[in-house]
Amino acid sequence: MTPASSVLLLTTLTGFGYGLLAWAGLLAAIGLLPPAPLFLPVAVVVALAFANAGLMASTLHLGHPERAWRAFTQWRSSWLSREGVASLTTFPPALLFAALWWALGPYAIATRAFGLITACLGLLTVGCTAMIYASLKPIRQWHNPHTLPDYLIFAVFSGATLLAAVWALWFGAAAALAVVAMISALIAASAKYAYWRFIDTQKPLVTLASATGLTAFGTARPLDRPHFTENYILREMGYQVARKHAMKLRRIAIALAFFVPALLALLAAFGVAPAITAPVASLIALAGLLVERWLFFAEATHVATIYYGR
Amino acid sequence: MTSLPQPMPGAKKLGLVIDLDTCVGCHACAVNCKEWNTGGHYAPLPDYDPYGKQPDGVWFNRIHAYETRCETSSRTVNFPRSCLHCEQPQCVTVCPTGASYKRAEDGIVLVNTDICIGCKLCSWACPYGAREFDEDQGVMKKCTLCIDRIYNQALPESEREPACVATCPARARHFGDLGDPNSHVSKLVAERGGVGLMPELGYAPVNRYLPPRKATIPARPLENATAGNGNALLRLLDKVLSR
Repeated sequence: MTPASSVLLLTTLTGFGYGLLAWAGLLAAIGLLPPAPLFLPVAVVVALAFANAGLMASTLHLGHPERAWRAFTQWRSSWLSREGVASLTTFPPALLFAALWWALGPYAIATRAFGLITACLGLLTVGCTAMIYASLKPIRQWHNPHTLPDYLIFAVFSGATLLAAVWALWFGAAAALAVVAMISALIAASAKYAYWRFIDTQKPLVTLASATGLTAFGTARPLDRPHFTENYILREMGYQVARKHAMKLRRIAIALAFFVPALLALLAAFGVAPAITAPVASLIALAGLLVERWLFFAEATHVATIYYGR
Repeated sequence: MTSLPQPMPGAKKLGLVIDLDTCVGCHACAVNCKEWNTGGHYAPLPDYDPYGKQPDGVWFNRIHAYETRCETSSRTVNFPRSCLHCEQPQCVTVCPTGASYKRAEDGIVLVNTDICIGCKLCSWACPYGAREFDEDQGVMKKCTLCIDRIYNQALPESEREPACVATCPARARHFGDLGDPNSHVSKLVAERGGVGLMPELGYAPVNRYLPPRKATIPARPLENATAGNGNALLRLLDKVLSR
C-alpha cells in the first residue's frame, strides 16, 4: 500500500496525543501526578494539540475535505467513522478534566472520574484507528491479531515519552516516569519484532488460480496486462520501493522509535539534563514511529495486485 | 446507509456471468463500458494524459490474459475483471459517510458521488480491485451494472442490458438475476459449473465465471523414439543419428 503522508501523520500524532491523555487521565485517577494547578491543563492541551494536528492532517488526503463531517454518520458499520466519532467525543471530557483539576483540585472525585473517562476514550480512539486497518480483509499484513494491540502499545509508549517530556520540562527528572517510558519502549520494540516475524512467515491469502476461478486448471501466471501503464489500483496498492529496502528500514525504525528513546529515558532517569534528554527522546520516537508507520503501509500487500502478478 | 440490507430469500441479485471459454480477449466490453459510462451515471470517466507517454484513467472493466498450466496441458485464458456486486461487500460497510451502498431491491453496489469524501478506504476493502478513484472529481467510481441502461425506459427493451454484455462479439457475457434459480444465467452457472472469485475471503460475489471447457479431443501422444516397439526404420534412424 502506498503510504500517504497524511495518514502517517494521523496515526502517529494521534497516538502521541491520545497516549498522553491516557497516561495523564490514569495517573490523575490514581493520584500519582504532582498537584501543580497548571501542570495537568498544560499536558491536556499538549495532548489535544497533537491529536488535533493528526486529525487535521488526515483530512488532507481526502478528495473532498469540505465533506469530512459526513464521516461521523456511519459509526454503525465503519471503523473510520467510529474513529472520527471517538476522537471528537474525547475532546469535551478531556477539557472538562483539565478544568476540574484547575478548579476543584487534583484529588477531587470529579477530577479523578473525568481523568479515567478521558483515558478510556483516548485509548478507544486509538483502538478504532487500529481497527480501520485490522478489519481490511484483503491486506494480510493488517488483518491479523497484531494490529490492534500494536497500535495501543505504540500509543501508550509515545504517550509515556510525551508525558516524561512535559514533566521534565516542568519539574526536572522523574526517575519513575523515565523507567516507565523505557519499559514501554522495550515492550513496543518486542511487539514490532513479533509483528515482523509474523508477516514474514505468513502465506499469501490467495493464489492467482483461486483469484481467477481457474484452480481446476493447475497454476496460473499473468500473460498480457490489461493496460501498459499504471492505473489507480497499481499506484495505490502496488507499492514496491520499501519492500526493496525493508530490512534496512526496519533496523532504522526500531532504533529510532524505541532504542534511542529508551536510552535517552535512561539518561533522564539518572538526571542527565532531563529537560533536554526527555523532550529529545519524544521527538526521536516520533521520527522513528513515522518510519515504522511508513513501513506498516509500504510493506502491506493488497490481494488485488495478484491480478497483475505482483 | 453503509450497513448492508437484510438478505431476503428470493431477492433479486443482478449480476454478470462471464464465459472464460468463449471470451476472446478483444477488450470490446471494456471499451463500450468506458464509452457508455463516460456519458452515463458517473460521467465523465476521466482520462489523464490520454495522448501522452503515461496514459491513465478510470475504467470499470479491465481485461487480463493468463496462462494456466498443469501436467498435461496449458492454455491461455482471457479474463475480464470488474465489480462482482458482492453479497458481503466490505467496500460498503467500511464507508464512513454512507456514500457507498448496496441496493436492497437488486443488489447493485453503487457510490453516491455527491456525498463521497474521497477517502479511498472502499477501494482498499475491495479484494478484486474493482473501484477506481476519479482524481479530477475527488470521488470514488465503480461499475454500476449500467443501472442507467437496464432500467432505461427510453431504450428498446432488447437493449436494456449492461453495455459490456450488449457489445460482446463472442457472447461471452450474460446478464440476469442470479437470485432466481430459474433465470437463464443461473441455469448457465449450474450447467457449466460457474465459480465465484476468491471464495476464501468471504465476500460472496454475485458475478460468476464459467471455466473454460476441458479439451474433448485427445491428441495422439508423440512417438517414443527410444521405446522397443514401433517403426523399425525409425528405430534404426534413431540409433544411427544418436551416435
